Amino acid sequence: MKSGLTALVMLLTCQSTLAAPAQPTQSPQPASAQPASGQPASAQSAKPAAFKAGVFDPPRMAPHFVLKGSNGQDLRIDQFTGKVVLLAFGFTSCTAVCPTTLNTLAVTRRKLGTDAKDVQIVYITVDPDRDDTARLKKYLGSFDATFVGGTGSPAELAAVRKDYGISAERQLVGKDYTFSHSSFVYLIDRKGRIRALMPYGHGAEDYVNDLSILLRE
Amino acid sequence: MPRARLLLAGSALITLMAPLAWCGLAPIHSTSREQIFEIPRGTWKSRMAGQKLAILPDHIRLTLGVRDVLVLRNHDEVPQIFGPTLMMPGQSFRLPFEQASEYIFACTAHASGQMTIVVEPNPATPWARISWRARELLQRI
Repeated sequence: MKSGLTALVMLLTCQSTLAAPAQPTQSPQPASAQPASGQPASAQSAKPAAFKAGVFDPPRMAPHFVLKGSNGQDLRIDQFTGKVVLLAFGFTSCTAVCPTTLNTLAVTRRKLGTDAKDVQIVYITVDPDRDDTARLKKYLGSFDATFVGGTGSPAELAAVRKDYGISAERQLVGKDYTFSHSSFVYLIDRKGRIRALMPYGHGAEDYVNDLSILLRE
Repeated sequence: MPRARLLLAGSALITLMAPLAWCGLAPIHSTSREQIFEIPRGTWKSRMAGQKLAILPDHIRLTLGVRDVLVLRNHDEVPQIFGPTLMMPGQSFRLPFEQASEYIFACTAHASGQMTIVVEPNPATPWARISWRARELLQRI
C-alpha cells in the first residue's frame, strides 16, 4: 500500500518528464498504406517506402562461400550479383519455422510477378547429415522450383554460419534430433551487400514491400 | 466551518485527481520511437579480461506508436553477436515493429540462448496510459 502510494505520488510529481511534445516519426506506415499485395514491384508507388525488415547501416558485403548447390552446381553467393537474394538457413526436417518461411517466400515471388526473375531465394541447410543436394532439391521444389539449396561438410557449413551470425543448436528428441536455429531471412541487394534482416513471422506483403525498394535501386 | 473543511477537501481532491486524469487522458508522445542499445568501444577487451558485461537485456519491452523501433549499435572494434544478428564494428541495426506480440530471437550473447522482445499495444485506454506512465517513471528512477 505504501509503495503503491509512493509510486502514485512520484507519478503525479514527475509527469511532466513523460510528456514530451510529439515529433515526426520515422516509423513505417501501417500495412494498409503499403503497396497492394499482388502487384509487381515495378507497379508500386515511386515514393520510397520504409523497410519492414531490420536495416543495417552501413551494409556489409555478404561473406563469400562455396557450397554444393541443390541444382548440382557449386553454390556461391556472388554468382547472384545483379539479383536481390533472400538468404535463409534451416533444415528440411524442420516442422515449425522452415515450411512457413519458405511458403511465405514462394508466395512473395508469385506476388512480385515479372520482377520475380530478379529475386533469388537461397536456403542453406544446418543439417548436413540428412540434407544432401537431392533432398534439398526435392524439398525446395515443393515450394518453388527456382529456390536453390546449399549443403556441404559440417565444417564448411559451420564456417558459413559463423560468417553470417547464424545460430544452430542440435537438440535430441528421443532417438531423433532437431535444430534450434536462427529463423530470420537476410535481404541481400544487387551489389551483394547484406541490407536487411527480416525476422520470422512477417508475411509476403512485407517481403514484397522491401523487395520493391531493393529492386528499384 | 464544516463548509470550509468541505471546500478544503474538495480542493485537495481536485489537486490530486487532476494530474491523474491528465495521466489517463493525455495521449502519450515520445521524442523518439527508438529504443537504443549500444556496445561501447572496448567491450570485447573487457570481456577478455574477465569482466562480465550485460549490455543487452534478455527481455526488452516496446510499445507500439510510442517506442517501437529497436536500434542496436556496435561501437566496439570487433564484430559482435548482438541480439538477433551479427554486427560489424561501427554498424547499426534498426528494426521496426508494427504488431503487438512477443518476439523471440536466438541470441548467443545471453545465458538463456534467446532474447525476448515484448511489443505491447499502444496504450489507448486511460488505465493503460496511467500504467504505462507509471512503469516508465519507475524504470527511470
